Amino acid sequence: MSDVTSPTATAPAPSGFNAKNVALFALVAVLFLGTGFVQSWNTALTIFNMGLISCIMALGVNMQWGYAGLFNVGVMGFVALGGLATVLVSVDPVPEAWSAGGLQVIMGLILGALTIVGAILLWNAMPRGRLRGLVMLVVLLAGFVVFRQVFDGGTQAVESIDPAVSGFLGGLGLPVLFAWPVGGLLAAGAAWIIGKTALGLRSDYLAIATLGIAEIIIAVLKNEDWLARGVKNVIGIDRPVPYEVELQANQGFVDMVTTYGADPVTASTITVKLLYSLLFIVVLGLLIWLSEKAWNSPWGRMMRAIRDNEVSASAMGKNVKKRHMQIFILGSAVCGIAGAMMTTLDSQLVPGTYQPLRFTFLIWVMVIVGGSGNNWGAVLGGFLIWWLWVQVEPLGLLLMQTLTYGMEDGYWLREHLLDSAAHMRLLTMGLILLLVLRFSPRGLIPEK
Amino acid sequence: MDFLNALVALANFVLVPATAYGAQLALGALGVTLIYGILRFSNFAHGDTMAFGTMVTIFGTWGLQAAGVTLGPLPTALLALPLGIAVTAALMIGTDRVVYRFYREKKAKPVIFVIASLGVMFIMNGIVRFLIGVDDQRFSDGERFIIRARDFREMTGLDEGLAFRTTQGITIVVAVIAVVALFWFLNRTRTGKSMRAFSDNEDLALLSGINPDRVVLVTWIIVAALATTAGVLYGLDKSFKPFTYFQLLLPIFASAIVGGLGNPLGAILGGFLIAFSEVGVTYAFRKVVGYLGPEDWQPEGLLQLLSTDYKFAVSFGILLIVLLFKPTGIMKGKSV
Repeated sequence: MSDVTSPTATAPAPSGFNAKNVALFALVAVLFLGTGFVQSWNTALTIFNMGLISCIMALGVNMQWGYAGLFNVGVMGFVALGGLATVLVSVDPVPEAWSAGGLQVIMGLILGALTIVGAILLWNAMPRGRLRGLVMLVVLLAGFVVFRQVFDGGTQAVESIDPAVSGFLGGLGLPVLFAWPVGGLLAAGAAWIIGKTALGLRSDYLAIATLGIAEIIIAVLKNEDWLARGVKNVIGIDRPVPYEVELQANQGFVDMVTTYGADPVTASTITVKLLYSLLFIVVLGLLIWLSEKAWNSPWGRMMRAIRDNEVSASAMGKNVKKRHMQIFILGSAVCGIAGAMMTTLDSQLVPGTYQPLRFTFLIWVMVIVGGSGNNWGAVLGGFLIWWLWVQVEPLGLLLMQTLTYGMEDGYWLREHLLDSAAHMRLLTMGLILLLVLRFSPRGLIPEK
Repeated sequence: MDFLNALVALANFVLVPATAYGAQLALGALGVTLIYGILRFSNFAHGDTMAFGTMVTIFGTWGLQAAGVTLGPLPTALLALPLGIAVTAALMIGTDRVVYRFYREKKAKPVIFVIASLGVMFIMNGIVRFLIGVDDQRFSDGERFIIRARDFREMTGLDEGLAFRTTQGITIVVAVIAVVALFWFLNRTRTGKSMRAFSDNEDLALLSGINPDRVVLVTWIIVAALATTAGVLYGLDKSFKPFTYFQLLLPIFASAIVGGLGNPLGAILGGFLIAFSEVGVTYAFRKVVGYLGPEDWQPEGLLQLLSTDYKFAVSFGILLIVLLFKPTGIMKGKSV
């Protein structure tokens, strides 16, 4: 959506790097460097790493919204699927669980899928009429009963294997980096299914359908313990980088940092974070390069043509539905990759922490504030909004302390205001979103 | 075989709770549907509007309780409800002035309104958390039950008791009053008719001299009243927690869409459909089926279709199935 309010709001910006964009990125750099100097480099790098992941999520949403005008409010679901991928790929398999009920679980899932496929085939094969609906209902019900019989037995057997430790099927035991593309594939697969059912819907309906599907994905993650331990969480997921203690035990590393006069413990934590940053920067760089290529290609122009005027694009022979499907899958896959990266960074999968405010709506704020339809805008928004999201809380506390400076300790208003500082971040995000949407509807770095 | 006991068990655990929940959802969905029909966008801030209205009502209730004013057997919150509605209406009108009016005048695309409503959602969510905190608040007082399970057993001599809570009774009564008043307003009054005309065809309505500002103003007031009432009823029935209200957005949207966005009758139908399926699909029917079988017979499993954690999944499953076959809902809705 290049122009959200009026077609003549701003003249097209000159291509390439202009002074304003450089200044904006410099501002973000100052924020992070400032965090490093004022708080600590560990904090700054923690925010930076999550900022990199946020940028990737924002890139994915920007593909769907900025390129094609698809309003996807199910980002959280795709991110969570990426997280699931890290478990499925990197965690060691649990042989006892597999022998107890693994095959039965798989059988159950296949039966369930067969029921759905069978029902769809029947629906298409039979003539219209009451009989078709009835047969369909019978097939679905019978299929559900059989599925539950087989599947429940399997999951119970699996989950009863030492639930405190294992009690799930585990993964493939591969290096965790493989999980990143797998996360993308998993999200892409989900996006294909969702696209098949929901992409035909109009904008608002699509938004609400995706919102709901994300909730369903989270519900499955929370409840299917055999899959990824549900709310019991999977912890200690493999890392692509060395552990801090390994570095501290490494004489070469300790010697090296002490010659620079650094404390080995701090140096090791910072080194680990820098290694993560490096990995993430490579992925982000690759994705940006690909996105820019796509944006400037005939394919990108076609997407924008469809976005700006679906009717005329389809009159010119463009297959709107197919293109929407394509970009929906691509954007979701990018979110899935980001989700896998995030779980890798955390070394744990905690389904309870996936909340739409954080993983869907905040990403949207990043895209709108940064500049929809501009890949660099999404990156800027990702860094800026993530930094604010983390820092508004201490800043709010500081503000409240200043405001209540004259009050006595324990005075109810002072207590209340200090306690409430934590909720400033939602307020601030909403305010920023509304202000940008109003006064700079094309975002900080508008579409070229 | 004990048909009566089975029926009572079913009423106790499914019919009564689902009816009360359905009424709350229907009131919420009516608000969503009115905004969609007249202002033409999906308001993501609706759950938080409900939370805000309920919060004001809770503050009012606490004030009244502190002053020693109660409603006897009824919850004091009913006395504070008008205050909640008034403050929420003022907030809605203010929000419209500051946020939405700008885009309306610019004739922005509907999806821009939706994104703006995301911003409003963030802010209202923040305000509510800021003012009342994130914890559970219980604010219902007065009699807890209209019928207690034990009294019912003694009265009827059945094994199974039926409990009917005051809050459930009030929910149903208030919801009926609110819906009747709304339909009376929309169908019988001049303003209501002009709102419907505006919803059906904006250009034609403007041509025939309907004042759009007035339509918008009245819509927000009605939405505030519906949202606050729905929120207070839900809070009385369960409890008030800001995050829960934000999550209520999902089943409320599902209700409005299943019924057909922009269609008030559809919203009510959708609310009950979603509520009954949520409760029905996640209830363990073991006891009910046990009564229906021969003496001392209980089926082995719980006979629960899905675990209760899949509540939201149920609403959306239904939503998707309905949309697949009827893209604008059961009762034909609009699409912008």
